[in-house]
Amino acid sequence: MNVMMLLEMASAAFPERPAFTDGSTGASFTYQQLFDAARQRADSIRNSGAERLVKLDVSNLGTPLSLFASAWAGVPYVPLNYRLTDGEIQALLARVTPAYLVTEDSRLSALGAVADVQAVSTGSFLDDAQHTNATAEPWAMDPEEIAVLLFTSGTTGEPKAAVLRHKHLVSYILGSVEFAGATEEDVALVCVPPYHIAGIAAIMSSVYSGRHVVQLPNFSAEAWIDLARKHKVSTAFVVPTMLARIVESLEAEGAEDAGLPHLASLSYGGGKMPLSVIEKAMTLFPNTDFSNAYGLTETSSTICVLGPEEHRTAAAATSEQERRRLVSVGQPLPGVEIEIRDEDGQQVPAGERGEIYVRGEQVSGEYEGRGSVTDSEGWFPTRDAGSMDADGYLFLEGRADDVIVRGGENLSPGEIEDVMLTHPAVVDVAVVGVPSEQWGEAVAAAVVAKAGTTIDTAELQDYVKERLRSSRVPELVQVWSELPYNETGKLLRRVVRTDLAAAQS
Amino acid sequence: MAALKMGARLKSTVCEGEIMVVIAPDAELEMTCGGAAMVDAGEAVTPSGEVHPDHAVGVAMGKRYIDEAETLEVLCVKSGDGSLAANGALLLQKDTKKLPKTD
Repeated sequence: MNVMMLLEMASAAFPERPAFTDGSTGASFTYQQLFDAARQRADSIRNSGAERLVKLDVSNLGTPLSLFASAWAGVPYVPLNYRLTDGEIQALLARVTPAYLVTEDSRLSALGAVADVQAVSTGSFLDDAQHTNATAEPWAMDPEEIAVLLFTSGTTGEPKAAVLRHKHLVSYILGSVEFAGATEEDVALVCVPPYHIAGIAAIMSSVYSGRHVVQLPNFSAEAWIDLARKHKVSTAFVVPTMLARIVESLEAEGAEDAGLPHLASLSYGGGKMPLSVIEKAMTLFPNTDFSNAYGLTETSSTICVLGPEEHRTAAAATSEQERRRLVSVGQPLPGVEIEIRDEDGQQVPAGERGEIYVRGEQVSGEYEGRGSVTDSEGWFPTRDAGSMDADGYLFLEGRADDVIVRGGENLSPGEIEDVMLTHPAVVDVAVVGVPSEQWGEAVAAAVVAKAGTTIDTAELQDYVKERLRSSRVPELVQVWSELPYNETGKLLRRVVRTDLAAAQS
Repeated sequence: MAALKMGARLKSTVCEGEIMVVIAPDAELEMTCGGAAMVDAGEAVTPSGEVHPDHAVGVAMGKRYIDEAETLEVLCVKSGDGSLAANGALLLQKDTKKLPKTD
């Protein structure tokens, strides 16, 4: 069991089909070319004596090549976040030596000097793969071997390296993707960064289904729309902030329709999707199937999906309860089990909030140097808070650590944010707990006004008071021009908390 | 008879068929393809002999096959003319639920 097997099958079934195209340069690989290049590079990696392959660069043809060549060579693939500072990058690099580093020309001299690092440029890594005289020994089939080490974003401390073994990734693909399920016209636009689990999953699932991937290295709404039109893209994945920008850009064009008739499916995940954005997107893309995917690095990507029919049914519904399903992340994939548990580890009744636990073949829950954090029955505590309705639809309610404890009462930021977002002048909101002498923590909110409107903070507080218990009314409301998000669409709640706490004191 | 291991790759000796074990039962069994015992995919054996007429429906790359009890599951990684069987009982093709594309 090895992820190389996915590429082997694809290159046997459709060798001449385009596999990957770099959207910025137009360079491309067919499936056979990618397979041959992986064999060649596997040989070089093995000969180097390195124990990891590190890729530090934007998405390009070197990305899938690094993933598959590492699998063939039997060393973990470690994609690093190129947006980190030089110091942060060097610290992470030092944790994965001896390493074979594939990176941009501009970083070669500095990082090549780090002990036990052999650095090559992405350009020469790709050029040298053309020499097809390599005769690499077959890859190992041990399902326990490590395929990928992925550093988590480390929002709460030093980044942890999540361990994903071949058995986790292959199980995920076999369980969720139909082999050769794509046609020759199917084109996926991949704009998530290569160091994000969704970027890795996109490579594997596209290869197994036989889809042509067009890579967009640096996301902007305009570039995304241009590439989607140019390559007649049929499927894409975006994070909520990206979809919000695409919707804004299309609205600025004044178009009633996105002008992307080939886009059959658009999936999203990686953060909370505002109801207003998804509703607008469904209007602009009337013939596109929308899916909401929920997953984590530690679960080899997607574990829950809200499918296209469920989107349409919810959008057309008149009752509040049915409409609410549009912000659900759907139901677990086959082979994935989900439970909501309270602080004592007991399962809670339907509709009640707790921590999300997950179990399944694709679930790793393991960090390098710390072992597995799954319990004896294989359940992984996600640290995400959520609830599941009577029909098994999962709703996310922020991180378990984001709970505000005010005077002994546990408050969910998500519940308050949902109400504030229904106010006509509010386009975005973050609710956090700030230190309070009287309550331990007090509720505070940063809100962003819709273009052309102003927010009366006292009136907004009254608006919440009319709809929720008074303990949930933010004592402090500040109007911001925008909220801080990282590049993969995660709200930086910690930053909001620090700024609002400073304003409070 | 041999214990199968998850991740192990086996090939047919009478056709081009090749499989990978996805779920292995906790017991020894004989895997056949085309009616003949399968061997480790790494072995230097070229297919010879005949596919047994009762085991000749074939295996298709990308399809998964299970036994009646669903304690065994294999993935076909190379198509062949022989059918798969465990201890003489033909395996069944597993239906996969069509899922929305998510990444």
